[in-house]
Amino acid sequence: MREGALARRLLIGLALTFLTLFLALPLAIVFVEALTRGWQAYRAALADPDSIAAIRLTLIVAAIAAPINIVAGIAGAWAIAKYEFRGKSLLTSLIDLPFSVSPVIAGLVYVLLFGAQGYFGPFLKSQGLQIIFALPGIVLATLFVTFPFIARELIPHMQSLGNADEEAALTLGASPWRTFLMVTLPNIKWSLLYGVLLCNARAMGEFGAVAVVSGKIRGLTTTMPLQIEILYNEYMGVAAFAVASLLALLALVTLAAKTFLEWRYADEIAAMRRH
Amino acid sequence: MSAASGRIGASSWRERSVLPGFGLSFGILVTALSLIVLIPLAALVLKAASAGPEAIWALASSPRVQAALRLSFGAALLAASINLVFGLLIAWVLVRYDFPGRRFVDAAVDLPFALPTAVAGIALAAIYAPNGWIGSLLAPFGIRIGYTAAGVLVALIFIGLPFVVRTVQPVLAEMEAELEEAAALLGASRWRIIWSVILPPVLPAAMTGFVLAFARAVGEYGSVIFIAGNVPMVSEIAPLLIVIRLEQFDYAGAAVVGVLMLLLSFLLILFFNLLQAGLRRRLGHV
Repeated sequence: MREGALARRLLIGLALTFLTLFLALPLAIVFVEALTRGWQAYRAALADPDSIAAIRLTLIVAAIAAPINIVAGIAGAWAIAKYEFRGKSLLTSLIDLPFSVSPVIAGLVYVLLFGAQGYFGPFLKSQGLQIIFALPGIVLATLFVTFPFIARELIPHMQSLGNADEEAALTLGASPWRTFLMVTLPNIKWSLLYGVLLCNARAMGEFGAVAVVSGKIRGLTTTMPLQIEILYNEYMGVAAFAVASLLALLALVTLAAKTFLEWRYADEIAAMRRH
Repeated sequence: MSAASGRIGASSWRERSVLPGFGLSFGILVTALSLIVLIPLAALVLKAASAGPEAIWALASSPRVQAALRLSFGAALLAASINLVFGLLIAWVLVRYDFPGRRFVDAAVDLPFALPTAVAGIALAAIYAPNGWIGSLLAPFGIRIGYTAAGVLVALIFIGLPFVVRTVQPVLAEMEAELEEAAALLGASRWRIIWSVILPPVLPAAMTGFVLAFARAVGEYGSVIFIAGNVPMVSEIAPLLIVIRLEQFDYAGAAVVGVLMLLLSFLLILFFNLLQAGLRRRLGHV
């Protein structure tokens, strides 16, 4: 009743060919190109002060964006998953809205607000504050594109867990904060970590939104993806792919951690369904 | 916290709950959402409207803007369709067949979610440029992918690849083998079973993946610009037009192109969602 061995092999072969062309090859070429001139050139490219500044900036942006996203994500998931109120489905779709907005538009909206000719531009200038072409703009654009990630992972998980655990803790006299820290947080820790991982990968790798607000001032407002673009456009292929290889490694680590969590998380969900 | 819990049950627009923290969590969510997403998007619409109807019409009907929108939406639809077919195939192979390295391949499908778009962009350019790994193999036959509209398509296939696989996989995995067995016992051919037993429950999920892949592809920028060559009227995508307008300090023009893109893509997503709702109704399940 199943397909014959030949059909099966043909289908597997077709799927694997497609995946090789579109996934394996692009990943492989990053490392091959980065190392075409050997380790020496690879290490020299990464030791370049502009590249180091770009790595630093990327880490700073991710470190600022993560806690904000975690607080907003947990709060959002708590409000959506734990209560019934009017307009809930609208609010849920609004959380997902950044997924269907072009990253370039995510950057554009902040230029319109805070750019030199933006709505708040003159005010910011009079106060001596700079948001666009500076760190705050990069953080804002990153927050826009990463906003849905954590809430999206937490909402279905918290909904499936229900409210019983928290209600029990409260009945037994635990304070609301204690209930959250000792009951809710341990319950959702894996899906939270999963969301943080995805959010972080996107934050460190975001290109379009950040490109629009950064101004690409070398050594100052270039993140790693922007540094890749600059090097690539200057025909510094090895250097561009060297920086790219670091981000590709980050992607591989993210995938490995994600796969591990899916495995853990699946066990927990299975255990939960059993009782 | 105690201030927030004091509001429990005070309003009629939500059901009573013994859990505290609604005010606090709802407040944080709405504040963050407004500051980060909603107010900035409102500024976009406001700025676009400030251009005035004539300027908006002139921009919307300009050949360059129309060519860019046609390319962005056309390539995104085509890429999502290709991903629909191959996504179904990959999900099927991953769920139904066992082969060495299956779990590894399963994990690798998510690579486009994790790999930064700029990295994907230069990697795809290195592969499909006329002097690249595959580009140089195709060049003798007069086939060019890099620096043409076909390059845009390749990049959009890459970034949309996981969506259909990931929406279809759980549906296929939960499907009961008994239905197929029953159909086979009743004498249905394998094709008939695939067509009338397996495909109907899978299609709505595949459609969801298709819409997600399309929505992502329409606005994609980073992975496209390196491989597209960005020739005006030929391989210039709509998000790039926004960047060019911004570089010329034409904020209103950039906002108009942005609003046009959002309007078109929301209309299309709405259309696909209605189509999917109809599909679910016709196929008779939720």
